[in-house]
Amino acid sequence: MTLEIIGISVLWLFLFLYVIVASIDFGAGFFNAYSSFAGKQHILTGIIQRYLSPVWEVTNVFFVFFFVGVIGFFPQTAFYYGTTLLVPASIAIILLAIRGSYYAFATYGAKIDHRGYIFMYGLSGLLLPASLSPVLAMSEGGFIKLNDGQPYLDYWALFTSPLMWSIVVLSLTAVLYISAVFLTWYSSKAGDVKATDLMRKYALVWAAPAMVTATGIIYELRGHNPEHYARILDLWWVFAVSFLLFAGTVYLIWKKRHYGWAFILLVGQFFTAFFAYGASHYPYLLYPYLTIYDSFTNEAMAIALIIAFIAGLFLLLPSLYLLFRLFLFDKDYVEGKSDYHA
Amino acid sequence: MEFQDPAFLSRILTLLTLSFHILYATIGVGVPLMIMIAQWVGIKKQDEHYILMARRWARGFVITVAVGVVTGTAIGLQLSLLWPNFMQLAGNVIALPLFMEVFAFFFEAIFLGIYLYTWDRFEDQRKHFLFLIPVALGAAASSVFITIVNAFMNQPQGFEILNGEMVNISPLLAMFSPAVPTKVAHVMATAFMTSAFVLASIAAVRMLRGSTHIYHKKALFLTMKLGLVFAIATALIGDFSGKYLAEYQPEKLAAAEWHFETEEEAGLILFGILDGEEAKYAIKIPYALSILAHSNPFTEVIGLNEFPEDERPPLWIHYLFDTMVMIGMWLAFFSFVYVVAVWRKWSFIRAKWFQWLLIAGGPLALIAIEAGWWFTEVGRQPWVLRGYMTVDQAATTSGQVDLMIILFAGLYLILGIGTAVVLTRMYKRNPVEKELAERENGKGGDKK
Repeated sequence: MTLEIIGISVLWLFLFLYVIVASIDFGAGFFNAYSSFAGKQHILTGIIQRYLSPVWEVTNVFFVFFFVGVIGFFPQTAFYYGTTLLVPASIAIILLAIRGSYYAFATYGAKIDHRGYIFMYGLSGLLLPASLSPVLAMSEGGFIKLNDGQPYLDYWALFTSPLMWSIVVLSLTAVLYISAVFLTWYSSKAGDVKATDLMRKYALVWAAPAMVTATGIIYELRGHNPEHYARILDLWWVFAVSFLLFAGTVYLIWKKRHYGWAFILLVGQFFTAFFAYGASHYPYLLYPYLTIYDSFTNEAMAIALIIAFIAGLFLLLPSLYLLFRLFLFDKDYVEGKSDYHA
Repeated sequence: MEFQDPAFLSRILTLLTLSFHILYATIGVGVPLMIMIAQWVGIKKQDEHYILMARRWARGFVITVAVGVVTGTAIGLQLSLLWPNFMQLAGNVIALPLFMEVFAFFFEAIFLGIYLYTWDRFEDQRKHFLFLIPVALGAAASSVFITIVNAFMNQPQGFEILNGEMVNISPLLAMFSPAVPTKVAHVMATAFMTSAFVLASIAAVRMLRGSTHIYHKKALFLTMKLGLVFAIATALIGDFSGKYLAEYQPEKLAAAEWHFETEEEAGLILFGILDGEEAKYAIKIPYALSILAHSNPFTEVIGLNEFPEDERPPLWIHYLFDTMVMIGMWLAFFSFVYVVAVWRKWSFIRAKWFQWLLIAGGPLALIAIEAGWWFTEVGRQPWVLRGYMTVDQAATTSGQVDLMIILFAGLYLILGIGTAVVLTRMYKRNPVEKELAERENGKGGDKK
């Protein structure tokens, strides 16, 4: 295994973790807003707040980890993506900033229960994946072009691209599906029957659209990037495994059984699909300009980063375990029997 | 045509983001230590007031941390968005501390979540106190790592350039640039000092409004004592920083001091107006610049004329330097007077005019932080990586930076107002007196 592969695998893993935890976060905001406007007020609010409060900042760190790591392992990406992503990434930062800080304002500070706020919070949960996911489309090539050796983003090509829009739609359906399955499990753990029923319904509603849009992207890629498409077909069996895991999740949710397992299968489904997609993208970071090999940092830095990463994990894993034990797996806390907020 | 120059606009946006972020970052680094000290004193003395102090500070702290986190994310991404050529070059050498900073930040975020949601969960209060240690350590470590990156920009090392290619790269050597010791120490000490004075200001405001509760007096005395300790530390470290500059970045010190000709027995110029190379209406302290630079009134200090004109920092950094130094000296002096006055039981510290001075301490410290960072960043011009890359070479070529400036200015306005509104509302709805009364009656406590 080369250093390049180790580097990209670590980053891809953290991006995957971000996709999962951020989806739960984004989707939760949307469901909270939706149910409150559909007159099912406060069925979800307590559940969602109890989960989100201690962990939202940690969610954000996964994202920071990914982009700092990319620059560390593949500094050349700064040249191509840095220049071209100015507008989309700035919009995403602004949304993240408003969402994150106003969440803190409302939860820790002023106990805001304003409908306008709930609505904006829910909406930002949908706008964020929509503003982040086009980067995946850009990496397929054809949108970032060179002019006098300087990269620029062809907005017209991007916004008229069916591929880009399919990816955006997938990001939305996936966010809602992942979040719904997780919250079904979390509310059933909390013994909240009403919330569980509601989230179970949402999970079933969003299962099919998530699968259909994912398949749609593979179809779009056939026309947009035949090379990538061919490599995806080579890995068809991994996608098949992913589909089986998906079927397993839906079955368990449908039968109202083992919600914990349903969520684990869902993580497996996304894990296999995400890594098969990443592997088929190999070796390109940006078609056709940038591969993981020609953008890679020097060997000394790569080794230093990997050592720092391993040392960091020794610090991080026990801490995350503690966090989860206290808040995710602590029966009293999850059921809302104890509240020790400062 | 400066307003269409992406490099100029990128500087404006970076300045905007950093100036806003640094206020929250400074508090984010400093306040955990203050909370720790208050809680520790509370546990040791079995004094409810100090424990409540820690708890109330922690509540306000979360709000500032939240804004610090999101603006920190913004500057993290803006480094690549606005300075892609710099990140492409520097990423090869200095990515390690940036990467480690994320881990420190991770560590802090996890334990802050735990700390906030486990008040009164443990029988033994010392257990809960333990969760605060990683928060303070993580916050301090993040600032150390980021300052290391800034030190590298001022005094790069750990690589060689051969035919336009970077060779012999040593990530560890790059991390320990000669700028590191003074810079890191200065950043840490000023963060603690500023946080102490900000908290002292809050207590002083409550007292000026007529609250006579002993809680505020305890808070004020504790934070002023801490402020004094860190103000003295800051002054000492500031002296070392002067010696570092004289040795490694003489053009920055010379520009800050309007010191044009290399000469011995150099004097220090405070304020004034520049007329040619002559400082008018200035206060001149003989020998002081030689002492600051080399601890010896007779040594030679390198002047600005030794440097090519296009490599000199702008001369207005003189005022930034003066602002920072004067505020620092004033706060050290003022907190000393206060602590002595409390000890000798002098009564003038209860006078209104003195209370106003107490209130001014926090805002002044924050102004000094801004002046200091502006000084060090503008003082590095025209370089982004001193001696290797200028800001013009580093900047993006994108034509949309102007629009982003407007968007981000709007964002910071919203966040700034939000912070102010939420913090005042939070403490107004739940004043100390009320909370103490509730705790004594056993009503409150567990629930917010």
